Amino acid sequence: MSDRPLIVAGLTLFVGLVSTPIWHGALNREAALAAPPIKLPAQEKQCVAPALYMRSSHMQLLEQWRNEAVRDGRRQFVALNGETYNKDLTRTCLTGCHTDRKEFCGRCHDYAGVADPNCWNCHNDSQMASRSTP
Amino acid sequence: MKITRKDFLRLSGLGFLAVAGRKAVRAVAERSFVPSTPPAKPVRWGMAFDLDKCRHKDGCNRCIQACHSTHNVPQFADRAHEIKWIWKEPFQNVFPAAQTDYTREFYGNLPVLLACNHCDDPPCQDVCPVDATWRRDDGVVTIDFHRCIGCRYCMAACPYGARSFNWQDPRPAIATVNPDFPTRTKGVVEKCNFCEERLAKGHGPACAESCEEKAIVFGDLEKPDSELRQVLRSRFAVQRKPELGTGPSVYYVV
Repeated sequence: MSDRPLIVAGLTLFVGLVSTPIWHGALNREAALAAPPIKLPAQEKQCVAPALYMRSSHMQLLEQWRNEAVRDGRRQFVALNGETYNKDLTRTCLTGCHTDRKEFCGRCHDYAGVADPNCWNCHNDSQMASRSTP
Repeated sequence: MKITRKDFLRLSGLGFLAVAGRKAVRAVAERSFVPSTPPAKPVRWGMAFDLDKCRHKDGCNRCIQACHSTHNVPQFADRAHEIKWIWKEPFQNVFPAAQTDYTREFYGNLPVLLACNHCDDPPCQDVCPVDATWRRDDGVVTIDFHRCIGCRYCMAACPYGARSFNWQDPRPAIATVNPDFPTRTKGVVEKCNFCEERLAKGHGPACAESCEEKAIVFGDLEKPDSELRQVLRSRFAVQRKPELGTGPSVYYVV
């Protein structure tokens, strides 16, 4: 019975260490919740879909574009507001609008802890496009 | 619980009625949802290389350059890493059975253009384990680079050697990038796509449009009055390895 203080102290230390992520998050609540400093496109005001939808579901939209364009040959997208866009990551999304993908896609992916998407391994961003001959 | 004969008959009748009603509803629904689209007009894109016209200009590589710059095809110094969309081989390697000891003297080393044959029954499609390559309804055999896992079964299956594998990142080996066509990434297979991205915009393939001698004729094999069919009607043309039954869409006018 003389070991009781030791056991209690050890257990307290253990629980404290195990729950580090919880209380660390609680203490730094402000920092954790601050939105990532993304750079919005200067010249465009309207995305192909509402911002809230794009924030949560851009990956589904891009996958749908990909499958429809590559597999079914449907290359036009009619947005909710009636505008027609080409399903073209380079032209519609990257060179025409989000000219600096690192400041837009990259920052939010960093914040969310989602690995950098591998779209750019093949699809040309504005840096690659500027490597082309005029 | 005991069921009377009267109840039993009543319940059975109701059951039969319910089944009949469901069938009737389904029949009506199916009739109203029959798709009313007319059958698609058959198109089968094909190509003919006119070997005689192709020889007019010695060492001309305009078609190859046009294809490479349109599709961001990398140029590696090491032949083991070579990426081929459209390329040249000596006649005797392309048509080994179509020559004799005496014709070889003249024809043997003449360059012949090669590309994907866009087969009617492509073996590459049959072996792909992930459905990353398939024959479209218009006859173009295409690749979904997103889906390709780089297993290279298709390269083993293709009897024409038309497919190449990206052993390393191709981007550093591309001199000037065409932003309108994606580059590829390490670990995917690629080949000629009959310029399907240009066809979608109403243009012909880059190689055919770049040829000053009009040695490359592109058109619809199903359309009797197309330029391609007229060429195939007026001149003798062969396919590569027709005995394999793959049904190539690329013809060689000799």
